[in-house]
Amino acid sequence: MPIIKFITRRLGLGVVTLFAVSLLIFLVTQAFPSDPAQAILGRETTPESLDALRQELGLYRPAVTQFSDWLIGILHGDFGKSFVTQMQISEYIAPRVGNSLFLMVVGALLSVPLSVAIGAFSALRRDRRFDTISSTTSLILAAIPEFVMGTALILFFSTSIFHVLPAITLIDAGAAPWSDPSGVVLPIFTLVLAVTPYVSRTMRASMVEILESDYVEMARLKGMSERVVLIRHALPNALGPVFQVIALNLAYLAGGTVIVERLFNYPGIGSALADSVRARDLPVIQFLALMIAGVYVLMNLVADVATVLATPRLRTSLK
Amino acid sequence: MRDQIIATTSDRPVGLVRKALKLRRTKIGLSILIGVGLMAIVGPFFAPHTQTEFIDMPNSLNIPGALFGTDYLGQDVWSRFLIGGRSILLLSLGATTLGLIAGISLGLLAALSKGKIDELIMRIFDVILSFPQILLALLLVSMFDASPWLTILSVGLSTTPRVGRVIRGAALSVVERDFVNAAIALGESRFRILFFEVLPNVTGPLLVEANLRFTYSIATIASLAFLGFAPDPSAANWGTMIQENSTVIVIQPWGAVLPVIAIAVLTIGTGLFGDGLARVSAGIDRGKESVEQ
Amino acid sequence: MTSGLSILNLRVNVSATGNDIVNEIDLKIQKGRVTGLVGESGSGKTTVGLAVLGHARRGVEIVQGEIYCDDTDVLNLDEDAKREIRGSLVSYVPQDPTSSLNPALRIGVQILEVLETHDFGGSDQARRVRVREMMAEVLLPADDEYLERYPHQLSGGQQQRVVLAMAFACRPAVIVLDEPTTGLDVSTQEHVLKTIRNLSSQHGVAALYITHDLAVVSELADDVAVMYAGRIVEQGSASDIFNNPSHPYTRHLVAAAPDIAGEQQIVGLAGRAPSPGKRPNGCAFSVRCESVTDDCLSQFPLSVSISQSHFARCINIGKGKTSAKPESIKLVKKVSPNTVLELRNISAGYGGQPVLEEISLILGRGQCLALVGESGSGKTTVARCIGGLHTEWSGEIFLNNEKLNRGSRQRRIEQRLGIQYIFQNPYGSLNPRRTIGDSIIRPLVISGSTGSTVKKELNEVLEKVSLPSAYSDKFPDQLSGGERQRVAIARALISRPDVLVCDEITSALDVLVQAAVVDLLATLQRDLGLAILFITHNLPLVRSIADEVAVMSDGRIVEFGDTATVIGNPVQEYTQRLISATPSIARSSK
Repeated sequence: MPIIKFITRRLGLGVVTLFAVSLLIFLVTQAFPSDPAQAILGRETTPESLDALRQELGLYRPAVTQFSDWLIGILHGDFGKSFVTQMQISEYIAPRVGNSLFLMVVGALLSVPLSVAIGAFSALRRDRRFDTISSTTSLILAAIPEFVMGTALILFFSTSIFHVLPAITLIDAGAAPWSDPSGVVLPIFTLVLAVTPYVSRTMRASMVEILESDYVEMARLKGMSERVVLIRHALPNALGPVFQVIALNLAYLAGGTVIVERLFNYPGIGSALADSVRARDLPVIQFLALMIAGVYVLMNLVADVATVLATPRLRTSLK
Repeated sequence: MRDQIIATTSDRPVGLVRKALKLRRTKIGLSILIGVGLMAIVGPFFAPHTQTEFIDMPNSLNIPGALFGTDYLGQDVWSRFLIGGRSILLLSLGATTLGLIAGISLGLLAALSKGKIDELIMRIFDVILSFPQILLALLLVSMFDASPWLTILSVGLSTTPRVGRVIRGAALSVVERDFVNAAIALGESRFRILFFEVLPNVTGPLLVEANLRFTYSIATIASLAFLGFAPDPSAANWGTMIQENSTVIVIQPWGAVLPVIAIAVLTIGTGLFGDGLARVSAGIDRGKESVEQ
Repeated sequence: MTSGLSILNLRVNVSATGNDIVNEIDLKIQKGRVTGLVGESGSGKTTVGLAVLGHARRGVEIVQGEIYCDDTDVLNLDEDAKREIRGSLVSYVPQDPTSSLNPALRIGVQILEVLETHDFGGSDQARRVRVREMMAEVLLPADDEYLERYPHQLSGGQQQRVVLAMAFACRPAVIVLDEPTTGLDVSTQEHVLKTIRNLSSQHGVAALYITHDLAVVSELADDVAVMYAGRIVEQGSASDIFNNPSHPYTRHLVAAAPDIAGEQQIVGLAGRAPSPGKRPNGCAFSVRCESVTDDCLSQFPLSVSISQSHFARCINIGKGKTSAKPESIKLVKKVSPNTVLELRNISAGYGGQPVLEEISLILGRGQCLALVGESGSGKTTVARCIGGLHTEWSGEIFLNNEKLNRGSRQRRIEQRLGIQYIFQNPYGSLNPRRTIGDSIIRPLVISGSTGSTVKKELNEVLEKVSLPSAYSDKFPDQLSGGERQRVAIARALISRPDVLVCDEITSALDVLVQAAVVDLLATLQRDLGLAILFITHNLPLVRSIADEVAVMSDGRIVEFGDTATVIGNPVQEYTQRLISATPSIARSSK
């Protein structure tokens, strides 16, 4: 079936991209100028200890071997060991993955319907009050960096004006995020505010194009009511753009968590990344970078496939 | 009235900007941009104290001569604020310029070449685009220290494919048009065609994208500083200041509030300016013209 | 009251400025009759068509007038009532079926829904039967497989027939067809026109057929109304209009329309119609009219009756000079001593798919060879191979007995300048960011000329194409389509080429401008001894310019000979079918 072939091909492309990404990450970390063993043990150490540590870390293997071992390890669930804590990376990040996912999922559950609805509604009420207000607001909000937005929110809700929500999440890495609900409100709110404006503008643009199209005009000239025109004619053509929009949303959320988690001290992947970068903890950096990039690649893949499936013209011309 | 301020294809970039400035939002955006930009650049000359000077106890307000008090190390907030914008602004300009040059060249090349070269360029773009901008910057910065050049390079690198994709898209429709075919028939060199036939006809999307990228560069570089990776950690930097002073935000808000306002206003300014450009250049450079009016 | 369509004193404005797009439109169409609404682009004919359905596009509003479809006063209905009549009492057939059919819905569904919306037939069962009926009427398969197709899985002609099925499904009393055959091949057009004729007469529908193509109107319409600058300037039965065109504009239109069975040379008219807001108080055509008198400028002429059914809005009908009698087409073959361009066994393809098969041609100095074919015949590919724009071909091309390399970059500069290419789309062939002057002198600059020689050549060539030298500082978007094509011709001429390859250069132009450009080309050819390869799908146009014709189909030349023979006495069946499918004013008037 051509659809299966297409999906397989697209998956293949995604895998190749991911491979190239992992190669890039590996090459970058290989270029690290200092000696990791030195960085871990510090200055007061003997050449023998350095040598032994290097052996243990596998730094004497040729680069190619290091790379392939790393990749193979990942495929087997062995993500390596942190330089700093000497913990297995998988143990270290397991609880944090859940936390970040929680943020992303709840963020998505809120921002996706919001951006689709606001975008679509603005297009429908084009140039009228709702549209002008929402367009200007999203324009203003879209430009501001997340940490600035987050800090502003903290100012409003945690400190000067209202003292409603905590500025920092006091959750342990291991505990479930919902054990302290007030602590996750601001991070999620920041994420949603950061992502929704931009995505709703994209949605609006796609909807406007559809609503101005010849076939929508034709549907009106056939005497169909506005409701039918929207639901039966405009909507099916909007599915493609909506999927793109959802993928965009999720991708941005993944990127945004890095900053937001650090800002709110939220124990997730993002803050782990920030910490490991500061500590020059190479294996952790490598793995986390790979993970976040992997989410991006996956989201794009899903968006592409969903778009083709939702657009009859593309679906039927598959070979 | 608004609908009638549309640029035509004979508007060079300057004409486009001039037309865009007729809209209120562009005027506001540009004024903000110039205002904050000027303050960032010349601010250091007006700072009453140096950025690391200890003037009083940390986190105190109500100090005569220091309207906004001291920060967490006892340094003058107002001075650090005046000094702290320059680095972000200049680095962002540098990164955006780098990204634009590389992105435009590659995007145009991909559009004109089609075939294998196009494929290759797009695949490379895909790989770089798999990283959120901040991630790529963090990755590079973690390996080497956050020097100004590295910051420009890493943010410029992540900007390149974003610009490249947009330019390629716009150029693809231009390349189909017959005046490019006419140049090919005359035997013009590929370089000439790209930069003298195609490029002038994508200035609409280009200006809009350049502005957008500038906004995101500011965001990324400020975020980097916030995470602790400014080129000079002790130097005054709006991003660093927000991070340093957010823990004491309850007692001494100004250390964080001033830079927050500055960054927010700056990015809103660029956003408004870019939106004005986008509205005015909406129809042109897309080759959509009706036959015979 | 009456049946059919009545439009009374219709006026439609641009909302923002109050300028009229169309004004004082009076039109009546009886049941079962077809009226052709003729005009060039910008005349407002589409606006009239949409108004019949009570619809106006964004930024446009209907401000005055009455429109009756059967007894229903369309303009005074509220939105819901308007929706009820659209598709059931009055239907619309748009120009471009590809963009008017929803790409995400199956065609069966799109026909069914117009029946459902107006509750035709009373039951689902009855409606499905009706869908199949309609498909049969438009000569399309009515089986499930076909009905489940998406629009992009149909050809242009098939799509248009689906749209016709949708329009006639609810048995409307009035139908508005807006250029429904533009862009279709001649043979497809023939099918579609036949379908329209049958459906209209069978169902007793009053049809308003909007078009710029006079030949189609002469074959299809019972009555004709001619529009210029937003007003109807002449109205009458088809025989009135074609046998006795009275308004100067109509006379020019008829004189400019290429006719495959006609014997006159086409005559053009430069200039363009004034757009909304720029129309004078007097007659809008006065600027271009040769019979203009002072009275024409004070107010728009009132309607003058020429016969019982025939009216024109002109005060100088029958007075003033008549336009010079067009010369009959010279059907004499020019004998040429030199061969300037030769193609031997050219076979070409796109990515492996064969497009041309063993094409051989000879073009002599001072001769014009027309390459005619429907879309997909390969004629543009031949042109692109000659011009060095397409490199996937085998065979040999000789320019002045020198073999040419495939791509233009591999050719010598003299060869590149020796073959000049003129493109179809006047809006795409000039760099919008360059002045006209810069674009024209490019070939000279490339070959190394500089300074004053260039300026001299530029002025000379502008004069040859009848453009003022001040134009050299203008930008393309300040010129009309016809003017831009002249610029393209100037750019081609400046390097004194041996061969001019004209690729559908008038297909995007209005009739009057087209004739003017062809006239210019013929003059230049005579004066400069140019060899022209004229590529077109418009067979009638060929009579006016070509000495010889090669007819192409499916990548092969199926017929070749001098123009008179090929068109008057074609040997091949393909050519014969093509000619008989082409509408002709002369033929319909007999």
